[in-house]
Amino acid sequence: MNKIFKIFSGSATVSIIAIILGLIVGAIVMLVGGYNPLLAYQSLFTQVFGNTYDFGETLREITPLVLTGLAFAFAARTGLFNIGGEGQFIVGMTAATVVGIKVTGLPAIIHAPLAIIAGGLCGGLWAAIVGYLKAKRGVNEVITSIMLNWIALYLANYIVRHFLLMQGKQRSEDILPTASITIQSLSDLMNSARIHWGMLLAVLVAVFFYYFMWKTKQGYELRAVGSNPNAAQYAGMNVGRNIVKAMFISGVFAGLAGAVQILGVFHNQTVMSGSPGTGFDGIAVGLIGMNNPFGILLGAILFGTLTYGSAGMSFGAGVPPELIRIVIGSIIFFIAAQGIVRWFIKPFYSKRKKEKVL
Amino acid sequence: MNEATPVVELKGITKRFPGVVANDSISLKLYKGEIHALLGENGAGKSTLMNIVFGLYQPDEGSIEINGTPVTIDNPNKAIDLGIGMVHQHFKLVDPFTVTENIILGMEPKKGLNLDHKTAAARISELSEQYGLRVDPYAKIHDISVGMQQRVEILKTLYRGADILIFDEPTAVLTPQEITELMEIMRRLVAEGKSIILITHKLKEIMHISDTVTIIRRGKVIDTVKTSEASPSILAEKMVGRNVSFTVDKRPATPGKPVLEIRDLFVKNKEGALVLNGLNLDVKAGEILGLAGVDGNGQSELIEALTGLRKVDRGSIRLNGKEVANLSPRQIIEGGLSHIPEDRHKHGLVLDFSMSENMVLETYYKAPYNKNGFLNYDAIKKQAEKLIENFDVRTPSVETKARSLSGGNQQKAIIAREIDKNPDILIAAQPTRGLDVGAIEFVQSQLIAQRDQGKAVLLISFELDEIINVSDRIAVLYEGQIVGEVLPEQTNDQELGLMMAGSTAPGGVKHE
Repeated sequence: MNKIFKIFSGSATVSIIAIILGLIVGAIVMLVGGYNPLLAYQSLFTQVFGNTYDFGETLREITPLVLTGLAFAFAARTGLFNIGGEGQFIVGMTAATVVGIKVTGLPAIIHAPLAIIAGGLCGGLWAAIVGYLKAKRGVNEVITSIMLNWIALYLANYIVRHFLLMQGKQRSEDILPTASITIQSLSDLMNSARIHWGMLLAVLVAVFFYYFMWKTKQGYELRAVGSNPNAAQYAGMNVGRNIVKAMFISGVFAGLAGAVQILGVFHNQTVMSGSPGTGFDGIAVGLIGMNNPFGILLGAILFGTLTYGSAGMSFGAGVPPELIRIVIGSIIFFIAAQGIVRWFIKPFYSKRKKEKVL
Repeated sequence: MNEATPVVELKGITKRFPGVVANDSISLKLYKGEIHALLGENGAGKSTLMNIVFGLYQPDEGSIEINGTPVTIDNPNKAIDLGIGMVHQHFKLVDPFTVTENIILGMEPKKGLNLDHKTAAARISELSEQYGLRVDPYAKIHDISVGMQQRVEILKTLYRGADILIFDEPTAVLTPQEITELMEIMRRLVAEGKSIILITHKLKEIMHISDTVTIIRRGKVIDTVKTSEASPSILAEKMVGRNVSFTVDKRPATPGKPVLEIRDLFVKNKEGALVLNGLNLDVKAGEILGLAGVDGNGQSELIEALTGLRKVDRGSIRLNGKEVANLSPRQIIEGGLSHIPEDRHKHGLVLDFSMSENMVLETYYKAPYNKNGFLNYDAIKKQAEKLIENFDVRTPSVETKARSLSGGNQQKAIIAREIDKNPDILIAAQPTRGLDVGAIEFVQSQLIAQRDQGKAVLLISFELDEIINVSDRIAVLYEGQIVGEVLPEQTNDQELGLMMAGSTAPGGVKHE
């Protein structure tokens, strides 16, 4: 436990201060707008923890953010800026939908995992395209991953419209019950909040992230390539292969996020007019979590809680729910602008240092 | 030297950082028209002191007087106003800009709303003429040599009206010829009434150019002496605090079979131009082959081709009789090659990794460090502790990030790692660049120890002294070919210098 704490001590302080500053900025904006920030935050809190249904739904909100946050962070640890989490998420959704509807005659114990694996795998391959282009052709991953986001969106809509459409609706048919990963017993217990196995999966992926990155040979290579590709090459590592590998694994995480949303939450896929945004929110979660798997768990909890609780703010205090985006935006701003945060905590630090010298 | 008031006088400067006293009551006098060398090992406090003079740091105690008037220098602009200019070790130039644009940056002369380029360029030409700098005001920075870029830095300070110039390790990046030219320029500057503080740890330069030397060790002034009354060994002893031997102690070599055989090697550089043109070279077991040459004659490309980092166009490289041209770096490493890279930050270390992680950079995938795909951190730590102990790498712990170690200790760590792999051939590229006397002694003795164990060593260096002192045989590289081979005891600086400039050695042995 001590070890885990050590990993993100220091950076955790910055995150926490940034969160507090972000909430303060939100409060100031509310005051300016004539709302009562205390009441707003209080009703946000009540919305999340007020009853078991809402609590369950908050967990539902958090789950995909954990996975897309991990996806962003995994690539970032290897020195890659994967902003294609959105596209990989959509591809994961679509693959899970296809397997969930079209593959028939399998027992649930096989069908559901198969659909999850298909989602992860397709998300991974989608991201591997970006890695391959970077490794072989030197194309900047930011450009290709943005472009692939759009390609994924329209490809997904095409597939839903032409192969999976439910008559007269702008959405696919429902997935077969055997592909569902909803935990019915818990769901019933929480007033049919949409609880599913993906929540457990998200935590397991975070643990996997930690062990893979810091305990395995392959993780060592990825980190070496990420922080100094020249030295990695000098030491005999295959830089290109590691870039593709990192993008693939990152894409798997995002793809899994898409898959569990379909299989555990919606049970069908709509024709999307715009990007769902979960992949982009993952970037924010990754930043809040300082690209550390356990930091990301906490970051996703924060992000998910604020997002879900924002509905409560509008009921309880009349604050428009969009305002919570200002809070989240400010938090990310303060994390990115670490200098400002360090300036806030400087008095505490210098005191401590002086003691050390004595 | 006149006995008038000094142009700069530091009185009892003390600067403390958390945990260390970087400058401990340092006093120093710089007189007009003088070159005053500041000598000290890495981390002795030279740079801190000069950063105080240049206004980047504030002293905790002590005062600075310029021409006898006490001043407070709280930022670099103030220093510039007082006529202090600094030529940094790492140039601060904008590459795609012209010389003129770089020099006027931050204080652009205006004509109405427009930049007055012409007047500025004329003034720069004039200054360049006056001090013999021969800089073209309209050349772009990325088109001119490193030596020229340094002159632009010098011009920048002169243009801003500096009378006191601080040179921070100015020769670290220069070729021998450029060093000679820089010395000329410095003489010219003092002849024209400027005063110079020269920060360096190279004794030869100090003996050559300075008038006075102040030696600093661990933040304290050890002594200030007239250069004419000093000798390199006295200075080195004062700097390091113990006796330093300059003559490298070694037995005659007993070369064995060739370990590395290079035949008709052609290699292209990044831009696709051939930079190695049919190079032939042998390195035998139990000898140190020194490769001399001016920077840019194909050294980097040769090293990269040998280590698998660059594609070989044509020709053969044999390692222990096995063809290794165009094999991957890992295959070549496993074939028995170790490499101390030219740029330790770029290639040698992952700076954000801990020391222990860096110590297994090339062996992490082997037992005992790798157990079924998982890293065995206990074994890695043990290995790192062993190397750190044996090679006297000074680090607070094996968990310390490589970034926070001094250059000398980083280099020791790389050498430890490379030697510990027990290679058949060790390629050492500029192994002592930027190191102080004590560390240089250590590195060179390690190379000789390897040779004595029957290893082949290829030493690539721009330091002629190092080549002559350490090598058993010297090959000279010029425009991608070996233009001659000489024995160190039968040659001298002049002969090597001529060969490095392209003329074949009269007395030297031609490569067969």
